[in-house]
Amino acid sequence: MSAALSLVDLHKSFGLTQIIRGLSLEVAAGERHAIIGPNGAGKSTLFHLISGRLKPTSGEIRLNGERIGGLRPYEINRRGLARSFQVTNIFPKLSVYENLRCAALWSLGHKYSFWTRIEGLRDARARAESLMERIGLTARRDAPAGVLSYAEQRALEIGVTIAGDADVIMLDEPTAGMNNTETEQAVALIRKVTEGKTLVMVEHDMGVVFGLADRISVLVYGQIIACDTPARIRENDAVREAYLGQAGH
Amino acid sequence: MTSTILRALSPWLLLALLFALAPQAFPSASALTMMSVMGVMIIFALSYNILLGQTGLLSFGHAVYYGLGGFVTIHAMNAIIHAKLNLPAPFLPLIGGLAGLAFGALFGLVSTKRAGIVFSMISLGLGELVSSSSFILRSFFGGEEGITTNRTKLAPFFGHKFGPQIEVYYLVAVWCFVCIVAMYALTRTPFGRMCNAVRDNPERAEFIGYSPRMLRFISFCFAAFFAGVAGGLAVLNFEIMNAQQLGAQQSSLVLVMAYVGGAGFFFGPIIGAVIMTFLQITLSDLTSAWQLYFGLLFIAVVLYAPGGVAGWLMLHAEAARRGELWRLAPAYALIAPAFAAGLIGAVMIVELAHHLFDQALDEGSAMRLFGVDVDAASMAPWLVALLLLGAGIGLGRLLWPRVGDAWGVVAARLNRAAAA
Repeated sequence: MSAALSLVDLHKSFGLTQIIRGLSLEVAAGERHAIIGPNGAGKSTLFHLISGRLKPTSGEIRLNGERIGGLRPYEINRRGLARSFQVTNIFPKLSVYENLRCAALWSLGHKYSFWTRIEGLRDARARAESLMERIGLTARRDAPAGVLSYAEQRALEIGVTIAGDADVIMLDEPTAGMNNTETEQAVALIRKVTEGKTLVMVEHDMGVVFGLADRISVLVYGQIIACDTPARIRENDAVREAYLGQAGH
Repeated sequence: MTSTILRALSPWLLLALLFALAPQAFPSASALTMMSVMGVMIIFALSYNILLGQTGLLSFGHAVYYGLGGFVTIHAMNAIIHAKLNLPAPFLPLIGGLAGLAFGALFGLVSTKRAGIVFSMISLGLGELVSSSSFILRSFFGGEEGITTNRTKLAPFFGHKFGPQIEVYYLVAVWCFVCIVAMYALTRTPFGRMCNAVRDNPERAEFIGYSPRMLRFISFCFAAFFAGVAGGLAVLNFEIMNAQQLGAQQSSLVLVMAYVGGAGFFFGPIIGAVIMTFLQITLSDLTSAWQLYFGLLFIAVVLYAPGGVAGWLMLHAEAARRGELWRLAPAYALIAPAFAAGLIGAVMIVELAHHLFDQALDEGSAMRLFGVDVDAASMAPWLVALLLLGAGIGLGRLLWPRVGDAWGVVAARLNRAAAA
């Protein structure tokens, strides 16, 4: 399989502090890849670098073979990469439906259109309605996103992320703060909505990681110390010492 | 199908009817002048709300585009008259709009790079820059006197030369109606929705494919275009344009209009423009301290009704729609006298102070207040004013929980009804 995402010798420093130190990684198209590591390992920074929120100090980031390092987030999104956030990041005053419709507009080619009536856009309506159903928020269609429960907001966050039909989906701790039932529902949702897509995920819940991922990369102090299948990662002594042992798994 | 279309069009038909029939209800010359000004201000306030309410950009210099649109229109108008071109008055606001758009695109390149405080400060700086330029570039801005024109010298439009105020009123009304429809339609486009999205969360907008800066820039250009149209109409109405029209005072006025009316609702600035224009014209006839009342009204809205008049109306409209409004009536009836007493006391203090410290030197301390002769230098009117204000505030604080309780009951019933 060709690489959907490839990182080559990636570095990121803030002043003298190196956060990402020569990181290289390839994620194949259609793969579900999880990135795990202790707090402060650089997982969120890595997400920010790939999605354009931060610019790398050096190194290369390629999306489907095209260099995207240093591009603005919207330029990267238009090339087919979408991400969610650790802290819910939606449009709180817009309704659930409007959140999803807005998130679908660019990918459907409506861009900055000020000459078409949004209510007349059947494709945007169809996509928003189908997404609402898939994330289980049809009953909350007209509720402002800001008043939804935490689990509903996390589901909407995933909905907004996938609404643009990007090939590569990045989810930053999608089950953070959820109870067991909510986590199970979230995992089922992620499995359903990312079918056929490339998924890169940062997650602390090892049950979720080992249940979902095809491959796992272990990030410690800005470097990947292991990258393998869940079964092999579980047996890797270096990983157990650096991370899993600490987590008590 | 037909009934759906009719239902969708009915607010617009009503609005058109209102514009058409207003002169029949208020035929006096002063009313026609006031309604013409209201029409201009409605466009101006709605254009401002493209920035504030739709895109979340707090501008302190929006009058720049109103004023520059007006100045370009008045120069174009004088040139058209001089060259005897066959371009009648109804088309001239378009020149103002295009001028507003051109300056909006130019200044927007700088100011829309960032939102929030940075945008506000740049808008303030640009406003001051253009305002102070008006005293340097005298040939364009006409110095303190401004530039004058005569609309009747333009080519007639189907026999109309727009001399009588009624003809100007209808010209303003048609433009006002078209602009309201256009600006409303803009909010119902992908671009309009994304302006709301970028207002709520610019970072998220960037991660769904949109450049927040581009959205802000386009929004800024639209706002400047409609402000320019308003400036062009103001030229046709007043036949003069001066530097005051693009200064900080005019920029503050449009902010107050949008905020008092309710920036969160499309029709809010329309209400704000109507109220503020009415107050501006009528209050300035009653008292020379009228600007102080504007300030007090603005503070009161910010503190007690942040949704503006439109927000307040919508709150009550929902209660009325569900038949719950009557539950509020007793609490309102209780607090109304306290509110009236406080208001009268506050107005008395403002007027007494204004007379004593501003006008007493020339006119003496005797004055007429609410139809009663009083001496602003004596204790009695001050005591009465303080007593009324104190009683208003005291009773208001005492009775306000009743209003809160009544609203609590209504809100609970509305929530239950919504859930059902």
